[in-house]
Amino acid sequence: MGLTFAEKALSAKAGREVRAGEIITVEPDAVLSHDNSAAIAKNFAAIGVEKVRYPERIVIVLDHCVPAADFKHATNHKEIREFVAAQGITHFFDINHGVCHQVLLEQGLAGPGRVLVGSDSHTTSYGAVGAFSAGIGRTEAACTWATGELWLRVPETLVITVSGAWPKRIGSKDLMLYVAGQIGADGGDYLSVEWTGAAVHALSVDERITLANMSAEIGAKNGYIPPDDKVAEWLGCVGAKPCFAQKTQGRPDFSPAETSQGDTGLGAEAPSYIPEKGKEADSNSQQGEAWLRPYEEWHTDPDAEIARAVQIDIANLAPQIARPHRVDNVADVSAVAGTRVHQCLLGTCTNGRLEDLMAAWEVLKGRQVHPGTRLLVFPASQRVNRQAVKAGLMEQFIDAGAVWMNPGCGPCLGAHEGALAPEEACISTANRNFKGRMGTPESEIYLASPQSVAAAAITGEITDPREV
Amino acid sequence: MGKAFVYGDDINTDVLFAGKYTYTVTERSEMAKYALEDLDPAFRDQVKPGDVIVAGKNFGCGSSREQAVICLTELGVAAVIADSFARIYFRNAINQGLPVIALQDAARKIQPGDEVTIDLAAGKLTAPSGAYSFPAFSPEVQAILDAGGLVAYTQQKLQL
Repeated sequence: MGLTFAEKALSAKAGREVRAGEIITVEPDAVLSHDNSAAIAKNFAAIGVEKVRYPERIVIVLDHCVPAADFKHATNHKEIREFVAAQGITHFFDINHGVCHQVLLEQGLAGPGRVLVGSDSHTTSYGAVGAFSAGIGRTEAACTWATGELWLRVPETLVITVSGAWPKRIGSKDLMLYVAGQIGADGGDYLSVEWTGAAVHALSVDERITLANMSAEIGAKNGYIPPDDKVAEWLGCVGAKPCFAQKTQGRPDFSPAETSQGDTGLGAEAPSYIPEKGKEADSNSQQGEAWLRPYEEWHTDPDAEIARAVQIDIANLAPQIARPHRVDNVADVSAVAGTRVHQCLLGTCTNGRLEDLMAAWEVLKGRQVHPGTRLLVFPASQRVNRQAVKAGLMEQFIDAGAVWMNPGCGPCLGAHEGALAPEEACISTANRNFKGRMGTPESEIYLASPQSVAAAAITGEITDPREV
Repeated sequence: MGKAFVYGDDINTDVLFAGKYTYTVTERSEMAKYALEDLDPAFRDQVKPGDVIVAGKNFGCGSSREQAVICLTELGVAAVIADSFARIYFRNAINQGLPVIALQDAARKIQPGDEVTIDLAAGKLTAPSGAYSFPAFSPEVQAILDAGGLVAYTQQKLQL
């Protein structure tokens, strides 16, 4: 009997062959936390250890409320900076970097075969580049700081195979919402969720991150997309090296025979940005350090035991939307078209990358934000921000009437900027629409793609992006 | 042992403890004040130590925020009984020493206000509708519960 990706990645970490259902203790390659790091530091102090076990494996990114909204948040940030200095934590990214998941990826700290945990539920994001990554809580983050290890149950696997050509103005967010609607918010509980098939491999890495990120919304332990050449190229662009240990053994054929990404519709006058290989790494990028294991590609064997398999054909997929207050309360956008929205949110760790901004602009170009609504744009990181500025996107959005914000989590969790008032509705590219999520339980949140958010910004109401 | 507060499926961490408080409410005792604010605002005044929460499937889905557990333990909630739990919530609960009990059709077997008695060691739960057994925790999880939570467990492991 063969092994799944999760079994292989965790076997490599455990130093022995492990199978789904086993509970193992592993030393993760990295432990991520963010503005919650002061609270974790408090838990750490309660343990009674003076120094963290592996300061180089701790990644801290300030992103949830940046710049600080008030003195309480400022104090929180100050305590984190003091802890970072006292403990000699090198992978600290202050408020000028972006959302933690995007920053960790851009730093090349995640890659094929790495095992990462993070005190944030969307830690699943790194599966987009072939890593095994799972969210944990604050207390266990503190204990992992102290001991360098934690327990994990080796998960069973759900494989979602996606086929078909991508229709115009339909992207990975529509696929993700469609799957959530089909299998439910608990459809992937405890599972390693693998996204594969020609239509998934036709997606850019930027778009794949949306799938891995929101796998958390179907309860997944980790999301994963088998790494291919696009991942190697993407990691090369952020300056990560060595890209792959050239270990592509066992990689299935991902050739997108009948699938194409289709015409982007951007046209010749589109803003463009072509990344240069290896030129984009931040000056303090930490990749290629001795403590990091080289990347190792792991692929699920054809005869591995799979808990559940789901087949999706996206050829006829319409734009999807999650209605209040559940991520799996999904319908075609057309079913709620005409619903008034007071705010449109484009960005966050789910859809705040350059391609997302481009996709929204492609809908918005030549139009104006409707006076009855407001469009907020939150690039996922300063790197994305810089790309967007260089491509001329920021100016285009501002000219169209959008509010261009600083990279960060912003209003997604109602902690900072762009909160909703009672009786207001928001269409958002973020990942959760739970009651009260954006500030008050009397407001409503709809989740949709960057294209659908742009379409709503034009009309002031929920609108099928193919019809504007 | 305690009275049951019964809720539905997919109770998420935002309604258990809202995101807007995550970085400003830092004291454990203070977290109790915001428990279930957007789900059942009367809960925090009505609940008594030893009471239990009963729910459907996927309890605790959403954020990794541990305050969604701590706000309950601070009020003295003795256990959460649900059809199933979201995985980070399950881990957080165990790590805080809060028993989380998986029981099929929990919200149908137990009605609001029912007196519920739990024998963790025996894996037995008694409610007015009958007596039910639930599976034992794995030895690894039981060891953390026995220690009184993950901090105490880690201290033991490090021989502090």
